[in-house]
Amino acid sequence: MNIWTTIKRIARYGFVGFVRNGFVSLSAILMMTIMSFMLVNIMISNAAMTSTLQDLTNKVDVTVYFRTNATQEQVEQIQKSLQALPEVASIAYVSREQALADFRKRHENDQLTLQALDELGTNPLGASLEIRAKQTSQYEAIAKYLQAQQDSQSGAGASVDKVNFYQNKTAIDRLTKIIDTSEKNGIAKTIFLAVSALLIVLNTIRLAIYTARDEIGVMNLVGASRWYVRGPFMVAGVLYGLVSSILVLILLYPILLYRPVLIGLDPTTELLFGSFNSFEYYTAHFLLFFLVLTGTAVALGALSSYLAVRRYLHT
Amino acid sequence: MIFFDKVTKIYFDGTSPAVADITLGIEPGEFVSIVGHSGAGKTTLLKMLFAEVIPTEGAVFFGSREVGKLSSDELLKLRRNIGTVFQDYRLLPTKNVYENIAFALEVAGRSDEDIAGDVPHVLDLVGLSDKIWSFPHELSGGEQQRVAIARAIVNQPDVLIADEPTGNLDPINAHDIVGILRKINDLGTTILLTTHNKSVVDSVGKRVVTMDQGRIIRDDKEGKYSL
Repeated sequence: MNIWTTIKRIARYGFVGFVRNGFVSLSAILMMTIMSFMLVNIMISNAAMTSTLQDLTNKVDVTVYFRTNATQEQVEQIQKSLQALPEVASIAYVSREQALADFRKRHENDQLTLQALDELGTNPLGASLEIRAKQTSQYEAIAKYLQAQQDSQSGAGASVDKVNFYQNKTAIDRLTKIIDTSEKNGIAKTIFLAVSALLIVLNTIRLAIYTARDEIGVMNLVGASRWYVRGPFMVAGVLYGLVSSILVLILLYPILLYRPVLIGLDPTTELLFGSFNSFEYYTAHFLLFFLVLTGTAVALGALSSYLAVRRYLHT
Repeated sequence: MIFFDKVTKIYFDGTSPAVADITLGIEPGEFVSIVGHSGAGKTTLLKMLFAEVIPTEGAVFFGSREVGKLSSDELLKLRRNIGTVFQDYRLLPTKNVYENIAFALEVAGRSDEDIAGDVPHVLDLVGLSDKIWSFPHELSGGEQQRVAIARAIVNQPDVLIADEPTGNLDPINAHDIVGILRKINDLGTTILLTTHNKSVVDSVGKRVVTMDQGRIIRDDKEGKYSL
């Protein structure tokens, strides 16, 4: 048989079946729409989580304060030795002058403090190094290293005044734990939602095809080949996927703009951390959403139909 | 042309065979009525012909080929060469009359032009030209059965199997269906008809094979219904 004619006929019957079984198509599309929204929820939640954690992580550092009499060489020596550590992501040097300027700026409305500072005559602030680790869990190791440095120095030659890690230790530990659990939970949630969505869609399409099982039997009997029987159902499955994903892509605009809670996104997270906006994320990554949603829905529709028809094919 | 060679069929759930050691030959162009009570094995026997039921023992031959040994591709071709009509019509509910009949031609790989020519022709033969765009649920039982017959013969099969085609029909419609079957037989198609309707068998007046409990108990060249 002419392959092109066959493809044309399969496509036509798939489309006609999609339209004539309107109610079945509608329920399959609705199920896929719900699944797609779950997918969007996972994608946006993960992005929000990553962005929020990034923000928080960026706010954490370990600072080494040097004594006022520490020489430039001493500071540079410690900076160099820190740069050699694999855990260190970046080091910012704050000179004594910079520290004083910062201090003045911070207290520009506090005349009393500024007056006291002026009376002192000299700069009481030491230079400091702000150290960022690659991961929050690595701060402890860096702090220990600095502590050892501090301990090895003694008496008048000592340059390090204090390391602020232990003051921040509880906060850093807690943040490390939060990041860890939220990553684990994120993965568990993603797997759970993805599997349940898959089963729901698979079952809906199986039910849709169950209603057509006699029809499949007749097609077998008339001598239709497997692909001739299965093809139109798979075309309908692809159409379910296409229609639902386009529907979702359109609906996401108003939902994310006005009521993200409709698809299970918690608006308080955005209020808390402020920097992440799901609507902006969606519009900036539209192509990603388009490809993921359409690809998943179309593949799922075709695969579900393929599996569901297989049960009733006897030849 | 069709030869059942000592076939026996035992279903999983039954200890007594549905069909027991049947040997039966059918010549091209014959009109064979197979009669018997429900459960006599008529349907099982027919289903073996297009491999919907595989015999437990023995073999079924269509022409020179053994049905049970065909590849799935060859089986599809065989099924396109055997028209089937059932008591429950088995039309495709989401397709209209034209599409139901066209479907059988499409799976056989016929061109759109052929299909557009053949479908009205065969509908004319069963007297349903005016219902070409109707859906099955808009037709009466007799009309649906005529569509089923049209679908079964549109590929010009060598054999037409009619399994209780009049089972759900009133006497007048049943009579019409038998008339159509005779007309098809006159055009050269071999017909295998199962029924337990006495008047149907008597009105055909051709070969009658009588079955009881899986066995053939009579085989008359020009028989009547006698049970």
